[in-house]
Amino acid sequence: MNFFEQLIRQARKRSPWLFHLNAGACNGCDIEFLTCLSPRYDAEQLGVRLEASPRHADILCVSGPVTLNTKEAVLTIYNQVADPKVVVALGSCPATCNVFAGSPMIAGPLERLIPVDVYIPGCPPAPDTIMAGIVRAVEIFSQKEPAAAGRLASREVGGAALQPVPVGVIVV
Amino acid sequence: MKVAESFVALLIFPGLLYAAPMSWLMVWVERKLEARFQGRIGPPFYQPFFDFIKLLSKRVAPRPGFDGLLLSGLPLLAIGAILGALALLPVFNQAGGFAGDLILLVALLEVPALCLILAGFASRSIFGQVGATREALLSLGYNLPFLTALAALSTAADSLELGQIAGVAGSSLGTWLAMVTLAACLPVKLHLNPFSIVNAPQEIYTGPTTEFGGPQLALWEMAHHLEWVLLTGLVVSLALPFRTGVWPVDAALFSLVSLGLAAALTLLATATARIKIGQALQFYWRWIFGLSLAALAAALLAV
Repeated sequence: MNFFEQLIRQARKRSPWLFHLNAGACNGCDIEFLTCLSPRYDAEQLGVRLEASPRHADILCVSGPVTLNTKEAVLTIYNQVADPKVVVALGSCPATCNVFAGSPMIAGPLERLIPVDVYIPGCPPAPDTIMAGIVRAVEIFSQKEPAAAGRLASREVGGAALQPVPVGVIVV
Repeated sequence: MKVAESFVALLIFPGLLYAAPMSWLMVWVERKLEARFQGRIGPPFYQPFFDFIKLLSKRVAPRPGFDGLLLSGLPLLAIGAILGALALLPVFNQAGGFAGDLILLVALLEVPALCLILAGFASRSIFGQVGATREALLSLGYNLPFLTALAALSTAADSLELGQIAGVAGSSLGTWLAMVTLAACLPVKLHLNPFSIVNAPQEIYTGPTTEFGGPQLALWEMAHHLEWVLLTGLVVSLALPFRTGVWPVDAALFSLVSLGLAAALTLLATATARIKIGQALQFYWRWIFGLSLAALAAALLAV
């Protein structure tokens, strides 16, 4: 590993930017997630920044069981996050659909749609658990191969060629 | 201005070699102080540097119709204009300015805002366009008092040369009022609370830079961070009442006072919440423009 690769790995380890995506969650996970940025837990110590645009983010945190309404949004936003990226399933819903399992309105669990790297269990997970999950996601993020120059998005998921869609516009 | 001196000013001090690390330091001070004011611990010292490196190492998903020169050309143009403006700052008394460098400085100060507006509209994202429209409107708001204050300073100095303007600033009521006006325009130019209307985090995503990612975003972040050094440096280099004549001391003084001004801006940003664009325009046109007119009148009457 040469100097630049080491530098890039260090930089990734110390600067994970998160994007939070609610795919039909009850808001419980979302509140616990935001607690991580509060004075008590202060995730910014780890270099975490909550980004408003998926194109700025490194780690995609998805909460909710992925309803039919949000399925396209999840695919669009996944493809908008720049490579390399890590997906975190926040809470029980994206992992197993939780109490919504079997509902005809559900397109989840999340791993049916996009590859998931870290599962954070709980309904909702405690902030400590979320922090531990983010730390694990950061490790995975820093170990991902630096994408070769000139190669663009490595993986198109969902067969949806959705890159031309500007941020904030969801094609349903 | 001699060629060698110009290159030193552009590339070393107060240009790239000084401004890039200083901008990281300044942004770290901003984030750290904001965290401390909120009772948090905040990011470590090296945070802005690693953010920059990480962004450079990312690969962006393609966006047909919004690729190529526009993506990197606009932030690079902004960075170039900021470095050019930095090189003109009268940090040292004997700084080799030239007659009329104030006009060049005013032109260069406007380029980053124009680039941001163009980038927002070119991105074809509704949030980028809303952000660009806001930047365009606000630039009408803050430029009126900003330019009037510079006119007052140049009237007081009876010169269009920055070195001579720095010599008279702070010597009379008019110049003091003009300096206060310039300082009052900094929060809106740096998109800080209560005037964080252009990027408006979480409200319109991040405004004009919503569609930028990876290396292009790194360039935009760098341009924004360099703007911190430039704008605080402009006010400080004009307002510093004395120069020692020893260049390391002057440079250290310039850096420290710039950092202090950045800390003061952070305190204002942390203590306030975002206001509406109409309120911001009213504030600048009614109060700050009035202040700058008073400065101009005082300069004309030589008070």
